[in-house]
Amino acid sequence: MMTNPPQSFREASARLRVQGLLDAGSFTEWLGPARRITSPHLAALDAPVSFDDGVVVGQGLLEAQPVVVIAQEGLFNGGAVGEVHGAKICGALLRAIEMRARAVLLCVDSGGVRLHEANAGLIAISEIMRALFAVQAAGIPVIALVGGTCGAFGGMGIVTRLCDALLISEEGRLGLSGPEVIETVKGVEEFDSRDRALVWRITGGKIRRTLGEATMLLDDDIPAFRAAAAKTMGDRPRQRGLSPDALQTLEAAQRRLEARATLDPGIRDGQQVWQQMGLGEEVALMDPAEFNRCLEARER
Amino acid sequence: MNAPQPHRVWNQEAQRRQARLQRSVPFARGKAVAPADMVSLLEALLEPGDRVCLEGNNQKQADFLSESLAACSPQRVHDLHLVQSVLALPSHMELFEKGIARRLDFSFAGPQAHRLARLVQSRSIEIGAIHTYLELFGRYFIDLTPQVCLIAAQAADAEGNLYLGPNTEDTPVIVEATAFKSGIVIAQVNERVEHLPRVDIPAGWVDFFVVAPSPNHIEPLFTRDPRHITEIQVLMAMMAIKGIYAEYGVERLNHGIGFDTAAIELLLPTYGASLGLKGRVARHWALNPHPTLIPAIEAGFVERVHSFGSEVGMEAYVAARPDVFFTGADGSLRSNRAFCQTAGLYACDMFIGSTLQMDLAGNSSTATLGRITGFGGAPNMGSDARGRRHASPAWLKAGRERSGSGTQVRGQKLVVQTVETWREPHHPTFVERLDAWQLMEDMGMDLPPIMIYGDDVSHVVTEEGIANLLLCRSPEERAQAIRGVAGYTPVGRARDQVLVENLRDRGVIRRPADLGIDVRDATRDLLAARSIKDLVRASGGLYQPPKQFRNW
Amino acid sequence: METLHLELPSLQDDTLFPQTLLHGVVSSGNLEVLVEPGPDAARCVFEVQTAAHGFSEVWQAVLRDFATRHPVGGLTFSIHDAGATPAVVSLRLDQAYQSLRSS
Repeated sequence: MMTNPPQSFREASARLRVQGLLDAGSFTEWLGPARRITSPHLAALDAPVSFDDGVVVGQGLLEAQPVVVIAQEGLFNGGAVGEVHGAKICGALLRAIEMRARAVLLCVDSGGVRLHEANAGLIAISEIMRALFAVQAAGIPVIALVGGTCGAFGGMGIVTRLCDALLISEEGRLGLSGPEVIETVKGVEEFDSRDRALVWRITGGKIRRTLGEATMLLDDDIPAFRAAAAKTMGDRPRQRGLSPDALQTLEAAQRRLEARATLDPGIRDGQQVWQQMGLGEEVALMDPAEFNRCLEARER
Repeated sequence: MNAPQPHRVWNQEAQRRQARLQRSVPFARGKAVAPADMVSLLEALLEPGDRVCLEGNNQKQADFLSESLAACSPQRVHDLHLVQSVLALPSHMELFEKGIARRLDFSFAGPQAHRLARLVQSRSIEIGAIHTYLELFGRYFIDLTPQVCLIAAQAADAEGNLYLGPNTEDTPVIVEATAFKSGIVIAQVNERVEHLPRVDIPAGWVDFFVVAPSPNHIEPLFTRDPRHITEIQVLMAMMAIKGIYAEYGVERLNHGIGFDTAAIELLLPTYGASLGLKGRVARHWALNPHPTLIPAIEAGFVERVHSFGSEVGMEAYVAARPDVFFTGADGSLRSNRAFCQTAGLYACDMFIGSTLQMDLAGNSSTATLGRITGFGGAPNMGSDARGRRHASPAWLKAGRERSGSGTQVRGQKLVVQTVETWREPHHPTFVERLDAWQLMEDMGMDLPPIMIYGDDVSHVVTEEGIANLLLCRSPEERAQAIRGVAGYTPVGRARDQVLVENLRDRGVIRRPADLGIDVRDATRDLLAARSIKDLVRASGGLYQPPKQFRNW
Repeated sequence: METLHLELPSLQDDTLFPQTLLHGVVSSGNLEVLVEPGPDAARCVFEVQTAAHGFSEVWQAVLRDFATRHPVGGLTFSIHDAGATPAVVSLRLDQAYQSLRSS
């Protein structure tokens, strides 16, 4: 009666995510842990460092296509971006252009900038953004995968939204300021960060998919992420400059934003969005496949 | 033979009760009291020095009545003697800080442990004794009978009949002791309804009720999010299942409430099933409706569960599984702490739970310096009932092991402590001397607050192995058996290597490898549920976790 | 942070391919261990950086048992520890060893 448990994306380390996403044995790491390029800032503060500074970067194959993969480790300092960490992401993005990668898989699992490295971290985020635009200008799609413990917040939340596609699990979260930050600044009445259900109804994968910010909602399962990444890559032919349907894409995005603007401005909770769409409590327990079907039916 | 004394009055308690009721008349309409009148009513009927039971349970709290009592004038209401299970609310402590109450007999003070210790040190409180639940309940009928009790119920009807809802906990025993000894019973209810689903407390035992401004506070104390279960806990759960559940054929049991035992619950339908244990172990339970038990129930492992109280969010699931749980004809759970504690004492073959500290005699304690936590039900569940007479295979086997070659006249309950050797750096679980001794000196107690006595403990499970204390033949052997599973703690490193290897040869100490367990297999993949959502799915959507446990 | 350098005798397993391998994550109560080829086939080297102070005796006991339990001569284990208990340290080291064997 025991079936194999799903390979949880959320519970896996960044390194295991990379292994599970790519074709077996195809991964080559850049600036791997043996190089010991660790954070000088953390060391100066006498805080624990990590051999890879909390991010795994390298190249590999996804269904035999060359891709660059970047995976943040959410458990090391909340996946926060420091100087070395940011430089590794930035360099990996630029390398994708050089090696003419078919796509970049960006596994975001981050609370934002590493506070220990304030300015260096902020600069790193802006450099990541610029590199990401360069990759896109080279016609290489960047696919964000979000399903770790930290979600995608702060600067990395913005980076996530710049990507060509966002694959997210129900457990994944996306936002700018994290719930704890909002509660600290604006009070518990504004946002009760301990109300996990509320946090997920506002930042979680389901509402992000509903609002059109995420491309696809996925099971918390590494093979599901791999399959979705491969499909997304296949749907986006490599294209330098503007694609013929770029205008249509922009217009579709405009229509989505216009539709979103018609939502009642009093809405403060994902539940109310679903109610307006005629969906009830059942949303909470719908599995991702059913949820995607339900939304696609409405979007048509 | 002496003649009866002519002037002795035999119903003074009843007269006193009538006087209290008389004084209350202006503040009630029949039995119904408006929330705004509650303070006046309490000031009118209470007398200085009264013994009061303010219903404080593990979960359900008579919070409105507690706040009302704390709002009374200390000039009018003072020096009360509180007799209650659990001190959980800040308003419980306020009573002592304001001088409204002075003396306390109780069982558990987890959430207020720190504040309670400060009150004891500043001599603002006199503690009679710290009890286990059944012991305190027993004293309600002997020498600690309440004159007034303040209880919590789900609903009342116009006459004052009460429905307790799924969280019965202590209410019946409190009301029984108070109402039948000329005491006053005051209930706070969440709602007043036309027809109760069932009558748990008849109106004739209830003097007053008030519809509280907000529903009584209930803490989801028994919900353990499977996300937090570690690989080490999975390993220990595997050892417990294979080395104890299977070995003794434990069919009737009680679990503690920590992550260690939650791991066992989640391993029964996976690892337990792979060992062919379904139907052979863990069939009958004295346990609250733990959400982590859902997969084992659904897999058919668990046949029956009787509960002390309920658990928030489990109401619909319990109602849909009446073959497993004790439910009323109305479908809702009927729990009862006194009966379930009795079941744990006499009708269970095993208790397994965790602790914070253990010494070389196996004495365990959750007391740490600067905190008075009390014991709750653990001393009862975790003790061998000397009055037990019925046999079962597990009980007989344990008894045989204890008696060795001597003639066997009794069995033995399995009392298992499952602990990691270190709780965190600087906090080893195994110690030469319990903090309880220091606490006893600091607080001027008669005895150290020991939760489970070493001579009741049959097994100690750690990540290093299982020590079977039943097979130890001397205090020295017992100490080495404990050192032999105490890992790298100072206690563990002070082991006599030769004696420990000898104990291992005799099967007193068993390592994972001795049990045929490969440490590499201990991964979270073995858990039947790895998240709260998995539990909801396993329940077919019936389990409705509180919002702090949901991520949807 | 406290650092600890330890060299212990251990058997060598010729079938183990000396390679670099990183196991575990630096997070509260956890550690990462980097396995690399070491300088001497008859000994294993441990380099520990730990956030928990005052545990060098416990570390030595844990690492000595590990070096006795498995043939890890000729390997270097570099550890970044964020307050893991000895049980977790042993488990991570055992897992790292098993990964070496299976790769």
